[in-house]
Amino acid sequence: MKIRFLIAAIAAVFVTGSAYSATLDDVMARGNLECGVSTGLVGFASPDAEGEWEGFDVDYCRALAAAIFGDSNAVEFTPVSTKNRFTALAAGEFDILARNTTWTFSRDTDLKQTFLGINFYDGQGFMVRADLGVSSASELDGASVCIQTGTTTELNLADFFRVNGMSYEPVPIEDNAEAKEQFFAQACDAYTTDRSGLASTRAAAENLDDYVVLPEVVSKEPLGPLVRHGDDQWADIGRWVLNALIIAEEKGLTSANVREMASAPTNDPEINRLLGTEGTYADMVGLPNDWAVHMIEQVGNYGEIFERNIGVNTPIGLTRGVNDLWTNGGLIYAPPYR
Amino acid sequence: MTIQIVALAGFMLLISWLISNTIQNLETLGKGVELWFLFEPSSYDINQKLIDYSSRSTHLRAAFVGLINTLIIAVLGCVTATVMGIAIGILRLSNNWIVAKIMTCWVEIFRNVPVLLWIVFTMAVLIESLPRPATFRGDNPESSLLFWDSVAVTNRGTYLPEPLFGNGLGDIGIFGIFEISLDLVAFLTVLFAGIFVSNMIKKRADKKQQATGHRPLVWPYRIAVVVIPPIILLYILGFYLGKPELKGFNFQGGVYLRNSLIALWIALSFYTSAFIAEIVRAGILAVSKGQTEAAYSLGLRPGLTMNLIILPQALRVIIPPLISQFLNLTKNSSLAISVGYMDITGTLGGITLNQTGRELESILLLMLVFLGISLGISAVMNWYNSTVKIKER
Amino acid sequence: MSDHSFVRTEMLGSQAPPMMEGSVLGWIRYNLFSGPLNSLLTIISGLLVVYLLAEILPWVFLSSWTATSLRECREVIPLTYGEGTTGACWAVIRERYLQLFYGFYPRELYWRVNLTFIMMLIALAPILFPKLPRQMLYFSGVYPFLGYWLLWGGTIWTPFLTLAGLIVGYLVFNFLNEKRGLLIGTIVGTLLIIFWFLFGVIPVSVFLSENVTPLAIEIVESEQFGGFTLSVIIGATGIAASLPIGILLALGRKSDLLIVKSLCVGFIEFIRGVPLITLLFVASTLLNYFLPPGTNFDIILRVVIMVTLFAAAYMAEVIRGGLAALPRGQYEAGDALGLDYWKSMRLIVLPQALKISIPGIVSTFIGLFKDTTLVSIIGLLDPIGLSRAIRSDTAWNGIVWELYAFVAAVFFVFCFAMSRYSIYLEKKLETGHR
Repeated sequence: MKIRFLIAAIAAVFVTGSAYSATLDDVMARGNLECGVSTGLVGFASPDAEGEWEGFDVDYCRALAAAIFGDSNAVEFTPVSTKNRFTALAAGEFDILARNTTWTFSRDTDLKQTFLGINFYDGQGFMVRADLGVSSASELDGASVCIQTGTTTELNLADFFRVNGMSYEPVPIEDNAEAKEQFFAQACDAYTTDRSGLASTRAAAENLDDYVVLPEVVSKEPLGPLVRHGDDQWADIGRWVLNALIIAEEKGLTSANVREMASAPTNDPEINRLLGTEGTYADMVGLPNDWAVHMIEQVGNYGEIFERNIGVNTPIGLTRGVNDLWTNGGLIYAPPYR
Repeated sequence: MTIQIVALAGFMLLISWLISNTIQNLETLGKGVELWFLFEPSSYDINQKLIDYSSRSTHLRAAFVGLINTLIIAVLGCVTATVMGIAIGILRLSNNWIVAKIMTCWVEIFRNVPVLLWIVFTMAVLIESLPRPATFRGDNPESSLLFWDSVAVTNRGTYLPEPLFGNGLGDIGIFGIFEISLDLVAFLTVLFAGIFVSNMIKKRADKKQQATGHRPLVWPYRIAVVVIPPIILLYILGFYLGKPELKGFNFQGGVYLRNSLIALWIALSFYTSAFIAEIVRAGILAVSKGQTEAAYSLGLRPGLTMNLIILPQALRVIIPPLISQFLNLTKNSSLAISVGYMDITGTLGGITLNQTGRELESILLLMLVFLGISLGISAVMNWYNSTVKIKER
Repeated sequence: MSDHSFVRTEMLGSQAPPMMEGSVLGWIRYNLFSGPLNSLLTIISGLLVVYLLAEILPWVFLSSWTATSLRECREVIPLTYGEGTTGACWAVIRERYLQLFYGFYPRELYWRVNLTFIMMLIALAPILFPKLPRQMLYFSGVYPFLGYWLLWGGTIWTPFLTLAGLIVGYLVFNFLNEKRGLLIGTIVGTLLIIFWFLFGVIPVSVFLSENVTPLAIEIVESEQFGGFTLSVIIGATGIAASLPIGILLALGRKSDLLIVKSLCVGFIEFIRGVPLITLLFVASTLLNYFLPPGTNFDIILRVVIMVTLFAAAYMAEVIRGGLAALPRGQYEAGDALGLDYWKSMRLIVLPQALKISIPGIVSTFIGLFKDTTLVSIIGLLDPIGLSRAIRSDTAWNGIVWELYAFVAAVFFVFCFAMSRYSIYLEKKLETGHR
């Protein structure tokens, strides 16, 4: 009799559930944003000697934090591996994943993620030693190719060689630093990853001219931040933070001049709407009215973030290329803020 | 009795709680538990494959390739670790001071540093210190092949000459899953038949010795039946060694042992050999000194004493902990992903998991496979243990 | 003179003393060159040692401690020691050793980690050295909660209330055990503790810190933990938490109750049959599936849970060995005194069995401590994970040996010391049993 009662009591303890609440409310209540980033990819997300995170993806998270709290430091970074990034996001370990993740159909649908847009257009390429005398990827028949495992890179590589009827020897490697190491030690003939990664790897070489990036781009790699399915308000905030960064560059708003532009309405109504000097657009997503001002002031616009982390004056040394604004012949384009 | 019921009820409750949580969580994510993904094309390549596999094969087959690779490294590692461990354990007890000290250092150094560190360290040594394939190129190359141009040691791997057959028998498919070379089957059959016949000759000689006290000279026949038929068979099949050759980017031909395999093999067997050495040493020390003295007084030399008196007795103490070292080695082989060796953790628990997003199924399957391997090893070793145990009458 | 011709008539001259005694040469001859095979072995191994030292020592000592990048190292070393020298670039260790030890823990709070570590040694002392006063064990009991508070920060109420809940639960168990019997006592005690943990601790500690006094120190997030601190935390917590579970499992495995026994055997064999890395995969990807929707632990806690389960299975086997080594008479003596099961276990069997098991427990701990490096595979920044992060820094890109050598050396010092201790203990126990 007593035992039955006890079992019922135990059962009562365990049968407790809770529903997901709105992410924005959670974030506000917590007082900071939690952001999943790469475990260490220089230029995109890596900790410096002080443990301070920096990089292109990191700055997106900082911009989001600045938009919500007005403080770009109100953010915690969780490094995640390629293996557990989606599960960790799904389990709510962090609010947003900004880990140079390729937007694909199955990730969007089957894995139940919502991609917020594209902040970097990349494509997979090959790098080889210059003294191999290889000028095209179609000459790589029989080569050993270093790849970082657990990414779409692996699949593209298999497809590329199969379609072209060539054989190759995959050398799978768990992380990027190790892959570079092996490539420089010539444990493989070619190194394949996104071309941004190739550029930064080449930049780290002792002698740049020893290595060439082959012209072929074998895949489309649109990278962007993503959130869990099911919270549209949160997805909207993330999406429009990204768009606002792009619009800011388009309209010439920089961290230096945004405060001044926001002090009084300007001639351009889109700037006014964005900076909150006209209308109450920010209310529609639940952000403070001057969110964009804080964000741009503290983090900068898209172009500034790009140049600061991966631009030509950094060790990564990427040119804007397809990641330039559409007005300059690139692909970076944001819907109008109205 | 009530305690048992309460314990059982508590356990069932815990399990059902976990399962109901899982179902609920999967529902929220819109996922189910299913294994159909195993039959979809894997779309990735595996470098080391002993059975036919391409990126069009299924995930299941990829897992199978990985399983074979796991077993390869486990068997290779266990064999070398045992041989090295026994040698080191005995040498540690040697009278030779410097040898004993070196062996002590070996044991302590390998035992007290994490195996993962040894694996990545060995890999780094191989990659950084061995010659690159490019250095074999040109008219006056920096590096050259070893052993009459038949073995190439490079920082990508080692190429050994491979046995080839001019008029071979071809392959035979087994259940349509994988293929086995008939040449190998024929060779092994002849070899084992020879060993069997040789044992028969020995038995007859033993019988004769016991009956007449005179042992006929048989060893030339015994060697002949083991060695000659296989050689004849090899000649008929047109046996020759295929040597590795530098073609294009890499060496072609020959048996290719990748550095990931070699690094893992070396690191695991060195690491485990330190533990086995300790077990062997303890086992030998457990045999009382009187046994050694008795053997000496019978006039046996130290080598024979070790082989005939000490080791057979020490073996009984050694085998149970040895089993758990074999299990540890097999389990540690799952660290292969840190050097890119495609074992089952790398295929099923690595790329397949990443590409399909089926964590629950992949990891549970992976655990089941390892559980199966572990139980298999302990079953075999326990059976062996029961055969060497003292038969008490 | 008799004609006993077999009796010696004159004394032999005295022989030289045996080679072994006294002379260095004799020692060398006996230990190194006692036969042709031995001499050969000695020469080969001597050459090997000389060769290895000649390769390694210059690398270690002709090094740079001051450079700020690998490139600078490669320029400075040939300049200082002559052309063609390739020495170690220890500068990376000088620049990053704090990170390798403390991870990203805030620099001004390092004292908290240090204090926790020192207190751990104090808490361990009475367990490892039985001669110390028994009262110190109370500190060992309180230490886990204190250590948690110091490391993670926040209000002290949470760990305090957790500890208080355990103590109250134990008192209730004791009380009911005497009044109502063992079964009721165990169930009510356990349920009380579970209830308190699930629903009591957090609200009450929030209430107390808001309304009474916060008693809080600065919070440090789990993401900031790393390096050897992380290894020690995972290893030490794993062992400490696995000890009680391991004892229960070992008792269960030895018990006559069929169901309890098979549950315990099943658990132990399952955990011992799978590699730790798969359990860590479970921690990093699956554990969230198994818990109620919305629960979210941080990754270190999840890893600690899985590591604890892992260690518990091994611990159970070690303790089972200890239980088996105990003479049957001890069990029978307990029964003869009329003690119930738990009392005879607690007062007679376990103290002795645990004492015998300490060497095994220490070696399990060494194994676990080494295995904490596996967390680098699931993306935690332990020493190996941190070396990867350091290597991906542009300044240190391409550095290999120095980091591995340093990490290996630190692990070696820790593990070697512990294994020496375990050998010392084994010898001590050995004499006690003869």
